[in-house]
Amino acid sequence: MSWVLILEQTLNGLQFGLMLFLLAAGLTLVFGIMDMINLAHGSLYMLGAFISAALVQATGSFVAGVVLAVPATAALGMLLEMSVLRRLYERDHLSQVLATFALILILNEAVRIVWGPDLPLSMPAALSGPVELLPGMFYPAYRLLIIGVGAAVALLLYVLVAHTRVGMLVRAGASNREMALAMGVDVRRLFTLLFGVGAGLCAVAGALLGPLLAVQVGMGENILILAFVVIVIGGIGSIRGALVGAVVVGLVDTTGRAFLPLLFGHFFQPRVASAAGPAIASVLAYLLMVAVLYFRPQGLFPARG
Amino acid sequence: MLELNGVTKRFGGVTATDGVALDVRRGEVHALIGPNGAGKTTLIAQIAGDLICDSGSIAFEGAEITRSPQHQRVRAGLARSYQITSIFKRLSVLDNLALAVQARSGSSFSFWRPVATETALAEEARAIAAEIGLSGREATIAATLAHGEQRALEVGLALATRPKLVLLDEPTAGMGPEESLGMVGLIERIRARVAVLLVEHDMDAVFRLADRVSVLVSGRVIATGAPEAIRSHAEVRKAYLGESAAA
Amino acid sequence: MARVVATWVVLAVALAFPLASPESYYLSFASRIFVYALAATSLNLALGYGGMISFGHAAFVGTGAYVSSIFLAEGVASAWIGWPAAVAAAALAALAIGAVSLRTRGVYFIMITLAFAQMMFFLVNSMKAYGGDEGLSLPARVTGLAGDVAFYYVALAALASAVYGLHRLARSRFGRVIQAIRENEARAEAIGFPVYRYKLACFVIAGAAGGLAGVLLASHGKYVNPNVLHWTQSGTLMVMVIVGGVGRLWGGTVGAAALLGLEDLVGSHRAEWIASLFPNYQQHASLAVGAVLLAIVLFAPQGIAGAFARRRRA
Repeated sequence: MSWVLILEQTLNGLQFGLMLFLLAAGLTLVFGIMDMINLAHGSLYMLGAFISAALVQATGSFVAGVVLAVPATAALGMLLEMSVLRRLYERDHLSQVLATFALILILNEAVRIVWGPDLPLSMPAALSGPVELLPGMFYPAYRLLIIGVGAAVALLLYVLVAHTRVGMLVRAGASNREMALAMGVDVRRLFTLLFGVGAGLCAVAGALLGPLLAVQVGMGENILILAFVVIVIGGIGSIRGALVGAVVVGLVDTTGRAFLPLLFGHFFQPRVASAAGPAIASVLAYLLMVAVLYFRPQGLFPARG
Repeated sequence: MLELNGVTKRFGGVTATDGVALDVRRGEVHALIGPNGAGKTTLIAQIAGDLICDSGSIAFEGAEITRSPQHQRVRAGLARSYQITSIFKRLSVLDNLALAVQARSGSSFSFWRPVATETALAEEARAIAAEIGLSGREATIAATLAHGEQRALEVGLALATRPKLVLLDEPTAGMGPEESLGMVGLIERIRARVAVLLVEHDMDAVFRLADRVSVLVSGRVIATGAPEAIRSHAEVRKAYLGESAAA
Repeated sequence: MARVVATWVVLAVALAFPLASPESYYLSFASRIFVYALAATSLNLALGYGGMISFGHAAFVGTGAYVSSIFLAEGVASAWIGWPAAVAAAALAALAIGAVSLRTRGVYFIMITLAFAQMMFFLVNSMKAYGGDEGLSLPARVTGLAGDVAFYYVALAALASAVYGLHRLARSRFGRVIQAIRENEARAEAIGFPVYRYKLACFVIAGAAGGLAGVLLASHGKYVNPNVLHWTQSGTLMVMVIVGGVGRLWGGTVGAAALLGLEDLVGSHRAEWIASLFPNYQQHASLAVGAVLLAIVLFAPQGIAGAFARRRRA
C-alpha cells in the first residue's frame, strides 16, 4: 500500500465529496428552509447529466454542453417548483415523500422516452490524460478539474450565503423560518430561486460526474441517498455542514472501498476478507450517519439554534 | 409527597427554570401562579417527565424520579393534564378514558382478544366520564366536543390513570365563567383522594381551592405560602398581582 | 354485516378460482398479487396503523426472500425449516433496525430506515456466494410447492391469515395502543404507555410478516436478487398502501391488486387510441403510476391526510 495510492484515493474521495456537496447544498437548503423532503432532487441531477450529454452531442463541445445544461436544468427545476413542489410545502412529510417519489417515477420515464435508457458522455480529450502532481505521482486531469470546479463552487456559495443580501435571507430562513416570513421576506420568489440554484448545482454535478459514472436512467436514486446521509451528518439547513459532511462521506466511502478489503486481508482469511471487506466498505457512510444520529442528532453544524 | 430541589433547565441561552425548590404535601391543593413566560408549563413538564431537567432533583413519594421516563412516573401515580388540549381527537370520549384505564390495568401486549369484550374497562371509563361531567357524551367523538367539554376530558384522561398526585396545567384555559366553576367543582370533588399541583391564571379559582400558593417569576419561586399571605406579599404584588390589579 | 358477507364471498371466489381457471398465467398472476398484498399489508401495519413512516420495509421482505433462498440453495428443501428461519431472520432484522431507528422521529426516522435498507441492499449485493448483484436462481421450490395450484393456495392462506390477524390485532389491546400512539404519541406516553416498546413490537410484527411475503416472493419466481431490497421497492409498497387505503384492513390487498392489475392491463392490452398518440406507451407504465400517485397526493388529500390526522410536525 504505497503512499501514492493513498494520496490518489484521498483525492478521489475529495473529488466525490465535492460533487456530493453540490447535491447536498441544494437539498439541505430546501429541507432546512422549506422543511420539505424532496426525493426528486436526484432526478434533477439525472436531468442535468442527460441534458449535458445531449448538448455535448449536439454542439460537439464538452464545455458548451456542460455550461448550457446548468441554466437549462435550473429552469426546469424552477418550473417543477412552481407547478408541483410549491403545493407540498404545507403538507406533512409523508405526502411530500410520496409526491416526490411519484415525480421520480415520472421523470425517469420521461427521460427514457425522450433519450432512451442512457446516453454516452465522455470527458473532453484535452483532459483525458494524467497530470504529474508530484514526481512519480500521476493523477487524471479530469478529476483535478472536478476538484477545482467543486472547490470554486463551494467558495462561490460561501460568498453568496455569507456576504450577500440574498444569502442573509437564506440563512435567516434556515435558522428560523417563521421569523423570516413574519419579517416580510418574499417567500415565494426566494423559494423558487433557491430551487433553481439547487437544480443548477445538481446539473453541474451530473454533467461532471457523467463521464465517470455513466449517464443512465436511475442514476439519481443511488446518489440521492448519499446526499441525504450528508445533510443528516452535516446538519439540516447548513451549507457549511453540507460541505464538511460531503467531504467526510466522500472520503470515507472512497477510501473505505479502496482500503478496507486490503486491511481485512491482513487480519482475516482471504475468503472472509473478500466478502466482508467490500460489504462493510459500502455501508460505512450509512454507519457514520447512524452514529451521528445517535450521538448528535441535530448534525455537526445545526442551522437551527 | 412531591419534592423539587434546585431544578434547573436551560434552552440555549435562556434559563427557563432556575433552581426551583417546591413541595406538594399529601392531600393538598397547591397552586402555582406567575406572570406569562414565568416558566410554569416548563416546570410542569419537568415534573411530569415530558422534559428532563438539566440539574436538581425531583422526588415523588420518597423515590427519586429526576430522570425517570414519563410512563414510569405515571405508573407511580404522577399524572398531568396539558394547557393545550392533547386528547385522542378521533376517538370517542369513552375510548379516550378507557385507554387511560387500560394503561394501568394489566399488560397491553395482548394481540388477539378484542378490547370490546373487556366490560370492566368500559364501566370504569363511564364512571370517570360521570365524574368529569360528561355523562351522556360518552359516544361523542372527542374532536366534536365543545371547548369546555374537551378541557374536562383533558383532565379526565389524567384522572383515569388513578394518580396520587395530578399536575393540572391551566385546566380552565379558554373557559367562560360557568365552565370554570364546573372545573373548580371537579377539583373540589377529587381533592379528597388526589393531591393537586394546579397551574392557574384564574385567581378566583386559585383562592377558592388552594391550600398553599407558590409564585414563579422568571423561572424562580419567589414566594410560597397560604393564599392570604401571598396576596399581601410585597414581592408578589410587585411582580404579578400588582400589574393585574392596576390593569 | 355486509362487509362480513362480502369478505366470505371474495374468499369463496378466491378458493374456487383455480378450479375454474387452471390456466397457469392467471394463477401465477393471482399468486403474485397475494404475495404483494401480504407485503403491503405488513407495511400497512407499521405505516397505516402504527404511523411509522418506514422507508426501509423492503429490507425485511428481502431478508425473508434471501434467507429462505439460501436455505434452498444449500440443499434444505423442506419449507418447515427454511421458512420459519427466514421469518425469524426478518423479525430479528426488524428488531435490530427498529431498536435504533425508533429512537428518532419525523424525517430522521424516515432517513434512518432508508439508510438501513440501503445497507442491507449493499450487503446482499456483495454476497458473491449467493449471486451478488446478479441474483440467485433456484432450481426448484420447497418440497410440495412445485405446482402452481399448490402455491396459489399457500399464498392465499398466508394473505388470509395476515388480514384476519390484522383484523383481530386492530381491535385488541395492542391495536388500541398502537392506534392511539399514531393519533397522539405524547399523550399516550403521558397516560402511562411505554410508547417505544409498543412501536418496536409493532415494527417487528410488521417486519416478520414482510419477511413471510419475501419468502413467498422468492419461492414464486424461484429467483431473488438484491433489487428486492432497494429503497425504491419500499416506495412501491408504500404506493400500494396509499392507493389501497392507509390504516384500512384491506388497504394493502386493494393497493397491490390495483397496482399490479393496472400494470398488467397496460402491458398486455393495447389500447389503440393511446397507441396512436404514443406508440410505445406500454413500456412506460410507471409514468402513469407516477402521475396517478402524484394526483392522489395533490388532489385527494383526504385519502392520505384523513388517515394521518396528527399535526404536521411529527
